[in-house]
Amino acid sequence: MLTSTRHDGGPAASHEPTMDPHSGRDVALETRHLSRSITGKVLVNAISVQVQRGEILAVVGPSGAGKSSFLRLINRLDEPTGGTVYLAGQDYYQLAPRELRSRVGMVMQAAYLFPGTVAENVSFGPRQQGKYLNPSEIDALLEEVGLAGLANQDVVHLSGGEAQRVSLARTLANQPEVLLLDEPTSALDERAEREVETLLTRILREQNLTALIVTHDMAQAARIAKRAILINAGRLVRVGTVQEVLNAESNLP
Amino acid sequence: MLSQIFHDPLTLRVAQAIGAATFALVVAYVAQWSGIRLQRETIVALVRGISQIIIVGVLLTFVLGKAQWLSTFVLLGMMLAGAVIAAQRTKHIPGVMQVTLRAILLGSGLVIGIMVILGVIDTTVATLIPVGSMLIANAMNTTALALDRFRAEVEAHTGQIEAGLALGAAPNVVIAPYVHAAVQASLIPSVNNLRSLGIVWIPGVMAGMVLAGSNPIVAAIYQFVVVAMLFATAGTTALLCTLFVRSHAFSPAAQLVLRPDGLRPLLTIPGNSHTAGTQLSDTDNRAHGA
Repeated sequence: MLTSTRHDGGPAASHEPTMDPHSGRDVALETRHLSRSITGKVLVNAISVQVQRGEILAVVGPSGAGKSSFLRLINRLDEPTGGTVYLAGQDYYQLAPRELRSRVGMVMQAAYLFPGTVAENVSFGPRQQGKYLNPSEIDALLEEVGLAGLANQDVVHLSGGEAQRVSLARTLANQPEVLLLDEPTSALDERAEREVETLLTRILREQNLTALIVTHDMAQAARIAKRAILINAGRLVRVGTVQEVLNAESNLP
Repeated sequence: MLSQIFHDPLTLRVAQAIGAATFALVVAYVAQWSGIRLQRETIVALVRGISQIIIVGVLLTFVLGKAQWLSTFVLLGMMLAGAVIAAQRTKHIPGVMQVTLRAILLGSGLVIGIMVILGVIDTTVATLIPVGSMLIANAMNTTALALDRFRAEVEAHTGQIEAGLALGAAPNVVIAPYVHAAVQASLIPSVNNLRSLGIVWIPGVMAGMVLAGSNPIVAAIYQFVVVAMLFATAGTTALLCTLFVRSHAFSPAAQLVLRPDGLRPLLTIPGNSHTAGTQLSDTDNRAHGA
């Protein structure tokens, strides 16, 4: 029922990867007029943005601007009230939500681990697709996030930083095409924040991942991303290099 | 004491009712002094309770000895009322009335039906209505408990549920631990009743039968039968209502709609893809690659 009625009828409605006329690189993700209002309040107001494959885009703006709401729409954790998202050129209304979410990974502010061991958490995503990770695959993922040897640890014994690393490994286990990071370090103490940020930056670069990272920390945006978008009151007000966007941000009323 | 003053049984019962109600009110006033506001609620509940039970008494006087099909209607009416009361307790769940009605109708209906077929419950109006009402009341309480616990569990674990959904899990998978918790919690009173039967609790049926002069052993066995039926009803109703409520917690696009903040994802309205952005032009708001 919730399918192709949402087409804009634009050229990118086909399954072919969208080519960006400016750079010639392919577009991993594109939002078109993506909007969400609830009971008269506009949370996200017709945001259209393209993210290239392998690009890291920072999403900045004042608190309550709609940054997290925007990210949740891309994962379809909330239903848009207008517009759509194209994933590798395909309208996401044509995808089953579960398939979409396994292809677009999301790391939230808090780790929200499931009760059980680290290994059970990390293998959760693939298991939903009927894939079972073997112990060496789990170890490799944990090594990637600097938690080698912790596979059988109960998650209740993890520190905040460790829990967030497990959450990242759990999302990476699905091998997502696009990674959505919703203030992934904001709930951590200063030291853990720096560690997780360093880890995140390394993984994003090494694996050439496409990512959108919501952050309220401008310095962090500058360290992780080259390009940024500024959202204010649900609207996209500026797109450009991180520096340009940061300047625009400081001029907000 | 009262029986020495009043000799007519009806007058005696009315006097006893006034005595019990007065004592309940005294308790409410004492609670008021300790800052617990029970007074108004107690008065309302007492007035409501006595009116309802007298109406039922009058109704029973009317239907007793009448055609047996009448009791089916009385029981259906009780199920409907139970569904409304259970739904009021958990009204934050969207479409909860459908859940409570189906759960109570099927849960208590199934047990009453099987017990009638087996001959455990007589089909006489005098048995079917009182025993049936106990089962329906238990189905109502179980439903209210299960739904309330389910809602509380879901609201307390929104993060885990959405994290699971975001990893591509099906709603049934992410919700399973909270469904189990709700079923278990809702069955605690029924399990406790079974365990404490006779030790701390001689329930109504047995008390009534003994008061009416039945052999206490016969009364005790029948009471066990009733408590076992109550447990069967609670179990069936709890399983059914948690089965039904699952679909109310999620949207068709597998989004969690039962949320504490009330930010329920709206369903898609076909063809509105530009409506929310009409005040913005495409060029204003379109961000191309650098």
